[in-house]
Amino acid sequence: MIARILAGERELFHDLIRPYERGLYLAAYAVVQHEADAEDIAQEAVIKAYKGLKNFRGEARFSTWLTAITLNEARSRWRKTHGEPLDFLSDCEESGGDYTPSVLADWRYIPSRELERKELRQTLREAIARLSPEYREVLILRDVRGMSIAEAAAATGVNENLVKIRLFRARLSMQKLLAPRLAPRQRGLIGWLTRKAGGQ
Amino acid sequence: MTMDCKHVWEQVSDYIDGSVTPEMKQAIERHLANCRNCSAVVDSTRNILVLVGDERTFEVPVGFAQRLHHRLQASMDAAAPGA
Repeated sequence: MIARILAGERELFHDLIRPYERGLYLAAYAVVQHEADAEDIAQEAVIKAYKGLKNFRGEARFSTWLTAITLNEARSRWRKTHGEPLDFLSDCEESGGDYTPSVLADWRYIPSRELERKELRQTLREAIARLSPEYREVLILRDVRGMSIAEAAAATGVNENLVKIRLFRARLSMQKLLAPRLAPRQRGLIGWLTRKAGGQ
Repeated sequence: MTMDCKHVWEQVSDYIDGSVTPEMKQAIERHLANCRNCSAVVDSTRNILVLVGDERTFEVPVGFAQRLHHRLQASMDAAAPGA
């Protein structure tokens, strides 16, 4: 399809990017954590990809190439907004820190239908927002978009080992932030409070 | 291979991804069979990731796709790809 677009069938570019729209928004949102900015960044990235399509060599998957453009655009926007670079950790710094999970006595499975509750969705988003940007990036790429470690490495521009370290820390941080709040006893208390507030 | 809890925690991410060696997988599962706390750590982490990955957790703004293609079209009208 790319060859046809470059040969003049421009309109096909709409179809080419359609499967990746949501993913690009999420990649941008992972960095900037702002809906309107993330939307604007995704638009800019798609236009850059269109203009630079002849530079796509096919070494990575098209979706990975598109995501890399989006992340670069998002990081650039972050720098302009905050007047400073993102605090990307060096390999040396990556080795520090204490990452231990929240230890629970038990866990009762939370089914996906519970996501109909706005408060649960909000709780999950707030926890992700508390991660550092480089951890958010890999968590979104791997666990929300379903990219492989290799694809996430190509998209973020770091090696696979670093992606795995960041992913480990992001996942453990999410567990530590969320498990105590979502553990059976807490959920029982929240449910009771919600019912009480609703007068049930 | 015998594992303590800390060693299991260090492997949680790879274990969930299914990227540990068969020997490591066996050792982790032996530990989990006898450690309620570590089972809860693995189960809660996996459960939280399922919830995070659900489409309902992160929704794109209403009208996002239409605005994206509208702006793209305006850019396409102005220039050929790679121009």
